[in-house]
Amino acid sequence: MLVLDCVGKTYPNGVRALEGVSLSVALGEIVVLVGGSGCGKSTLLRAISGLDPPTQGKVTLDGAPITAPHEKIGIIFQEPRLLPWLSVAHNVGFGLEPYPKVERQKRVAAALARVGLSEKARAWPRELSGGQAQRVAIARALVPRPEVLLLDEPFSALDAFTRADLQDHLLDLWADFKPTLIMVTHDVEEAIVLADRIMVMRAQPGRLFEEIASDLPRPRDRQSAAFDFVKRRVLAALDRSLDRTLVTDDRQDKASAGAALWW
Amino acid sequence: MGPPMLRRSAVAICNAVLSAGVMTSVADEARTEPAPPRRLARWLRPALGLILPLGLALGWEIAVRLGLSNGRLVPPPSVILSTCADLARTGELQQHAAATLWRVGWGFLLGVAGGTIVGAVAGYSALAFRLLDPTLQGLRAVPSVAWVPLFILWFGIFEASKIILIAVGVFFPVYLGVMGAVASVDRKIVEVGRAFRLSGPAMIRRILLPAVLPAYVLSLRAGLGLGWMFVLAAEFLGASSGLGFLLIDGQQLGKPAQIVAAIVAFAILGKLSDWLIVLIAAPFLRWEDVVARR
Repeated sequence: MLVLDCVGKTYPNGVRALEGVSLSVALGEIVVLVGGSGCGKSTLLRAISGLDPPTQGKVTLDGAPITAPHEKIGIIFQEPRLLPWLSVAHNVGFGLEPYPKVERQKRVAAALARVGLSEKARAWPRELSGGQAQRVAIARALVPRPEVLLLDEPFSALDAFTRADLQDHLLDLWADFKPTLIMVTHDVEEAIVLADRIMVMRAQPGRLFEEIASDLPRPRDRQSAAFDFVKRRVLAALDRSLDRTLVTDDRQDKASAGAALWW
Repeated sequence: MGPPMLRRSAVAICNAVLSAGVMTSVADEARTEPAPPRRLARWLRPALGLILPLGLALGWEIAVRLGLSNGRLVPPPSVILSTCADLARTGELQQHAAATLWRVGWGFLLGVAGGTIVGAVAGYSALAFRLLDPTLQGLRAVPSVAWVPLFILWFGIFEASKIILIAVGVFFPVYLGVMGAVASVDRKIVEVGRAFRLSGPAMIRRILLPAVLPAYVLSLRAGLGLGWMFVLAAEFLGASSGLGFLLIDGQQLGKPAQIVAAIVAFAILGKLSDWLIVLIAAPFLRWEDVVARR
């Protein structure tokens, strides 16, 4: 169980990127964070990863506080971030250094087969296409079998076809050992394809705004009416999250009133 | 311009300075893309580089033989070869070449050690950069020969002063290269190391070292080039051995063939030593994406 308790992040320059985020995620659950730009969704993900610990509140995994990168938490970034000087196989095995060589090779081979890149094991990262590189990054993050996998807009740099392909692939891999997935995206359809729960965030300061549970049966049909229904709900929530008149913060009311006058 | 900006432009300048010196020779060998399997092409391609020097030598030889020039000030290749052979027979050439190689070798090692350490510190720590870099850039601008009298006063007229002069020459390009490379290691790649909880030493071994290696090799080559220049400056001013001495000796005794022989020896040793670095580094740089595959 991953628990966020009143997590907030204030940068040294005084900007409040995140405030009062509380959330519990059960093992194996898929939670997707959506929201306008600057709503702190990436900040929240980085706080959970331990790369940029929160300045207020705390993150705990099974009761243990997360203040630095943790062995049970893996992360996949927007870019593949493969190490260009390692072959594809060595990239996948990057997090397996403590294991004996035979075990490492076995797990790497299995992971590469799982993402359909066995024949690329000895290739350099530069020889891969964008989609292949991101698959290698997914394999690298999954190979140590994390309990929680964080994904920061992992498919946003890919074309629509590759993206849909990788979404299915990710679900496939997830089904292997069902880690918790927490994903940031700005693609609403992607959110609905993947999520058990969609968290809509809003900005200034970043916080959770609305929660939409989705129990559509998998695999999810992007064309179905039920899919469309959830999509409308999410879009409506996103709309509300961007609506300035809802802002309760007094100072920002004035700011928006001023902006209205100005325009 | 704020400090980070300043720093970035400093790094950019370093890279530009460094690459300008070596760029031309970077592409020509040992970027070991798997060579095309045709064996003939594999041997022919380096042979292309020999056409120009051999053609010029042959042309000059013919010109002298035909009496178009008396070849007194610019001796024809046959005379140079026989001078080389004579020098080699008496053992002079080997002795002088060995003396020069010995100086360059030690100077290079010292300069590389210093440049690597100081460069890594200045690249890693912004404070060290602000403290050290202005002074070092100032010293870098001092012409090599300007150090000679001072080093002779400090370290005597024998080998120590020469080696230190060469080390100074090697130090600066290596410092610049390492500093620039360390300062510009991709933060995103370092973050991958953090996400996998690498310890400090593991981070250096598995992320930082491989990341700076290409720029490091480039700076070593630039440093070696300067080492060969500085050895000449050292040997011009008070040496009784070395290829530089052979040059001066040839000038004073009016033996142009000996001068050219020394120059040719410099060219060959310089090229071979550079090639040695490339050769040693090649297996570690196979991953690099090369634009111009020749």
